[in-house]
Amino acid sequence: MSDASPKNGFNVVGTSPIRPDGLDKVTGRAQFADDFHLPNMLHGKILRSPHAHARIVSIDTSAAEALPGVRAVVTGADFPAVRHELLNLGTAGVLNIREMSENCMAKDKVLYDGHAVAAVAADNPHDAELAMNLIKVEYELLPPVMNVRAAMADDAPVVHENFHPGGFIAPTEKYLPNASRVQLGNGDPEQGFAEADLVLEREYTAETIHQGYIESHVTTVTWDSNDYVTVWTATQGQFALRDHLADIIQVPISNINVVPLEIGGGFGGKERLYIDPVAAFLSKKSQCPVKIAMRRDEVFRATGPSSGTFIKLKFGVKRDGTLTAAHLHMAYEAGAYAGGPLFLGIMSATSRYNIPNIHIDGFDVIVNKPTMRPYRAPGAPQALFAVEQMIDELAHELGMDPIDFRMQNLMRTGDRLVPGFPLAPIDTEKMMETVKAHPHYQAPLEGANRGRGLAYSIWFNIGEISSARMQVNPDGSVTLATASPDLSGTRISLAMQAAEALGIDVEQVSPTVSDTQSIGFSLPSVGSRTTYSTGAIVCEVAQEILKQMCERAALLWETDAADVSVEHGVFSNKTEPGQSITFNELAARMFETGGPISHHRTGHTQSFIPGTAVHLVDVEVDPDTGKVDILRYTIFQDVGKAVHPDYVEGQMQGAAVQGIGMALNEEYFYDDEGRLKNASLLDYRLPTSLDVPMLETVVLETPNPAHPFGVRGCGEISIAPPPAAIANAIHDAVGVRLNSMPMAPHKVCAAVNAAKPAKAA
Amino acid sequence: MSNKSLVTATINGEDKEFLCEPRQSLLEVLRDVLYLTGTKEGCNDGNCGACSVIVDGVLLDSCCMLAVEAEGSSIETIEGLATGTELHPLQRAFLEETGLQCGICTPGFLMAAKALLDKTPKPDEQQVRHWLAGNLCRCTGYDKLVRSVLKAVEA
Repeated sequence: MSDASPKNGFNVVGTSPIRPDGLDKVTGRAQFADDFHLPNMLHGKILRSPHAHARIVSIDTSAAEALPGVRAVVTGADFPAVRHELLNLGTAGVLNIREMSENCMAKDKVLYDGHAVAAVAADNPHDAELAMNLIKVEYELLPPVMNVRAAMADDAPVVHENFHPGGFIAPTEKYLPNASRVQLGNGDPEQGFAEADLVLEREYTAETIHQGYIESHVTTVTWDSNDYVTVWTATQGQFALRDHLADIIQVPISNINVVPLEIGGGFGGKERLYIDPVAAFLSKKSQCPVKIAMRRDEVFRATGPSSGTFIKLKFGVKRDGTLTAAHLHMAYEAGAYAGGPLFLGIMSATSRYNIPNIHIDGFDVIVNKPTMRPYRAPGAPQALFAVEQMIDELAHELGMDPIDFRMQNLMRTGDRLVPGFPLAPIDTEKMMETVKAHPHYQAPLEGANRGRGLAYSIWFNIGEISSARMQVNPDGSVTLATASPDLSGTRISLAMQAAEALGIDVEQVSPTVSDTQSIGFSLPSVGSRTTYSTGAIVCEVAQEILKQMCERAALLWETDAADVSVEHGVFSNKTEPGQSITFNELAARMFETGGPISHHRTGHTQSFIPGTAVHLVDVEVDPDTGKVDILRYTIFQDVGKAVHPDYVEGQMQGAAVQGIGMALNEEYFYDDEGRLKNASLLDYRLPTSLDVPMLETVVLETPNPAHPFGVRGCGEISIAPPPAAIANAIHDAVGVRLNSMPMAPHKVCAAVNAAKPAKAA
Repeated sequence: MSNKSLVTATINGEDKEFLCEPRQSLLEVLRDVLYLTGTKEGCNDGNCGACSVIVDGVLLDSCCMLAVEAEGSSIETIEGLATGTELHPLQRAFLEETGLQCGICTPGFLMAAKALLDKTPKPDEQQVRHWLAGNLCRCTGYDKLVRSVLKAVEA
């Protein structure tokens, strides 16, 4: 546990108090989505396509409807045609409502194994499942396309007769029947490669992976006869869910209330709706509340995954270690519908080193897999697996220390990022120096088949829109509501910022997450934005509360509000030395000074706040089995200001282990027909406590000027470096480069064996 | 129409009777019949440990046991881990050492850790990691979770 004493002028920020929702979570009382029950509640089950690509010829639901206990059946025919297909989200891109609706329930075609085709609501989940299995669906099978290279081939089967190019942050243009494209660049790559003394060309692949949250998707919906709809669910964004649901089920937005319950992990996979419209239509038909809880295999087959990729790199460097040119061909799976994490992958690939001449050819590729959703630093681990291995290989070829080589090409504050804007303030040099001076980097590594590797990442926080409401109560306690679902302890990190800004104890602040009827619009808890962006809005609300309280004190003292100052929760009369009143005393007098003290704000914060991380890892490779053991692991991360240091470390460690799982174990296995063969937690192998050692953390704090306490979001970045760091360590250990993720034992074995004859010769 | 069986069991030290169908797992009955929703479902096929309970001193996944098999047994769930308002040392350690993030796997880990400490009061790190390998956590990376168990051992 971190030192609980105040530091550097902060009283609350930088300490590690116990979270207010913790007690319920260690006693089993916390109400997660599946713990919610209503009287007369029915249970819904969804029939899913066993085919990756097929036309729906007919659906016969009569036998299911005839089963006792069945109250409603819905199919794609119950989903109305959308009123407008495209929703413009401004800088966030374009959202295709028709595709979102058809992803929840297929209409004419199924596009992946697990695509929903019909649903049943019955008195209990067992009867619903029996009825679901009585539904007969006739399919006309079509050939599937299962990876980016197959989908971009000349004779590839076409998934959509027509599609709107994806626009996840950056727009793309339609390029091939299954792919859209974005091109970015700077300088003259041809000239740059001509200036290079060494040019390397390499190819890297990564398989489709899943976020792997332990709580599956669960929702309960009521749709009453006045067309009021209430949703109780676990979501990363209650407002996004509400707005998208309104578009799909076509009721006014104001008729919908989304109540966010405790959420059992999301990592980007729970910011989009899947089952809520299905439960809504089942509720409308049955006039009962309907709960749908996905089984684990449904979670794997129909939600979440993150892109498989094919990345081709060409990098040029001078003998002195200066990068002169780069060409990046980056193809990311979009899944069944356009709009995968391509652009963020491009940003991640190119935003650490100054490369004067660069060209990026990016492809957003439609394949017969579930629609790709963000997964913690979306696109970054795949991009770094390629680029950070290339950087390591270049340093190796030049005989340079990997940190010195990075330092020589290091992007610093103000340097131009590929899209054209400058890198916001951050101390990248200090990060590199800290790693180089650390005992782990300096320690000798001995023993056969052992090696050390590192990888470096910059990742950007989203800011944008957040809401907060604060109410001071007559006993001096403060109620803090936000619209930001708490995935990991953000209620405490927001309460701490409120307490710091107000000058009171954190125990006085009671933080909650509000439903959509009770607070202003906010973007979801994504993009490392909650503690940073919502936190900044909380601080603004606190300033307004203090302003109101200064006015109350002025009223009591018959002076001007400008004459009242406040510090550490004590209000003082600047014109009358000695005259002061505490926060609690002033709160107690609110009703004699004008009534309740409260404030609500929906505000905007800056995006593209950078954070940095370096991961340093020692591995031991068993050359006979290909198994890679992690011996020592250190995470260096610049978090701006660690609000709750223990939970900041938890973010760093949790993200790192997800990255380790991606590096060594995790992948979707599809057969030739496009059926997912490992849709269980036995066969989709998440890391366990036995797979990893303790993870050392080094927290750097370069203040973020866009936040009053200097906070940067810290949730995502540390998932990005592990695959590349481990790949570099494997190379250091056994002298082979793994260009295919995951670096599963059979691949490591094959690479080691392939290198043997060369060594013998 | 009912083919329900009457089952008598001790749950968290109290004698309980409940009706259940043969097809219902212990997990389903705990959650949907007895409303003891602290025990979580993560996979329903014995691979994540979120539904861990202790039956007659044995740690098991309640999704893999039929409720009718619980006849005459003594079942411990997360709801019985604290004594009144007095938290179990494991619960206190998880709070103080931030051994949880989202909290969905937490009841399962607490019950698994309790089963370990019941048998091995002073486990070392490797014993803790080995024992907890049947429970999946996707948030913490296990570092602070393992530290929490080791802290509770000290207490």
